[in-house]
Amino acid sequence: MSTSSHDARLGGLNLKTYLTGFVLALILTAIPFGAVAFGWFSSGLTLILVAVAAVVQILVHLFCFLHLDFSEENAWNTGSGAFCVLILAILVGGTLWLMYSLEMRTMIAGG
Amino acid sequence: MTSHAASGNDVHAASNPNTLVNFGFWVYLMSDVIIFSMLFTMFVTVSTHYNGGPSGRDLFELRDVFFETMALLFSSITFGMAMLSMHARRKSQVLLWLLITFVFGALFVGLEVHEFLGLVHEGAGPWTSAFLSAFFTLVGTHGTHVTFGLIWIAVMIGQVAVKGVTAPVASRLMRLALFWHFLDIVWIAVFSTVYLSGVM
Repeated sequence: MSTSSHDARLGGLNLKTYLTGFVLALILTAIPFGAVAFGWFSSGLTLILVAVAAVVQILVHLFCFLHLDFSEENAWNTGSGAFCVLILAILVGGTLWLMYSLEMRTMIAGG
Repeated sequence: MTSHAASGNDVHAASNPNTLVNFGFWVYLMSDVIIFSMLFTMFVTVSTHYNGGPSGRDLFELRDVFFETMALLFSSITFGMAMLSMHARRKSQVLLWLLITFVFGALFVGLEVHEFLGLVHEGAGPWTSAFLSAFFTLVGTHGTHVTFGLIWIAVMIGQVAVKGVTAPVASRLMRLALFWHFLDIVWIAVFSTVYLSGVM
């Protein structure tokens, strides 16, 4: 009883979570490095593999090391995170759109 | 018994992720996410603008990048061990794990400085091309963050040694953990976007 309330207060902070995250992170690092260093796949497939491994590993870090969850108690963290994603979509998406459009136009104009 | 339970509560209440200070630090981290994302965007935009200079394929040593990645990942798990020791309120264990974390972090910064000096020596400094300007800005900004993280770890080692694992110290360690794990997450994006994609 006292142990379970203790664990709840730590927000899932335990050895098992850390070690699971660590092992998953090791695997998700080894796969993309191996694929690029030893050329296991075509370059298109490797690029997709690197991107997917990175996204999955970031999620593993968020859940296992930063103990992020979408519970009611973390609503403000989640809300500000969602707002941050909106800002990023405008800034990053807008910049990429603008810069590639500019590059295309200057290539045509410059000949 | 009662006093032990009360002081135990203090440590946990102060390190609770939902206090206002922790939320404030979270907002700072979100602003840092925006800074890094814009540096990544800039890098991707000019990543093929070599100006006749070398490309990532000519310059990057995957082996060194792998060692840097391992140094940072090991420092993440050892910081996790420090947090577990903190909750168990074992002062000497907290100190030991923080010290190991510091060593791994310092190893990372050392490898990065070595890489940067090597690039400049090869004539591939940040002034060479848009690609290298963006590279040094992005990777250097991350390295600077890690360096400040190391200073923070050193300060917390001092605080734990002198004050012990008190509620305010535990609260600061909690935010340092957020910062340190956040930097490892940014590094995942760096080695994937800059190095692995760069040598292909």
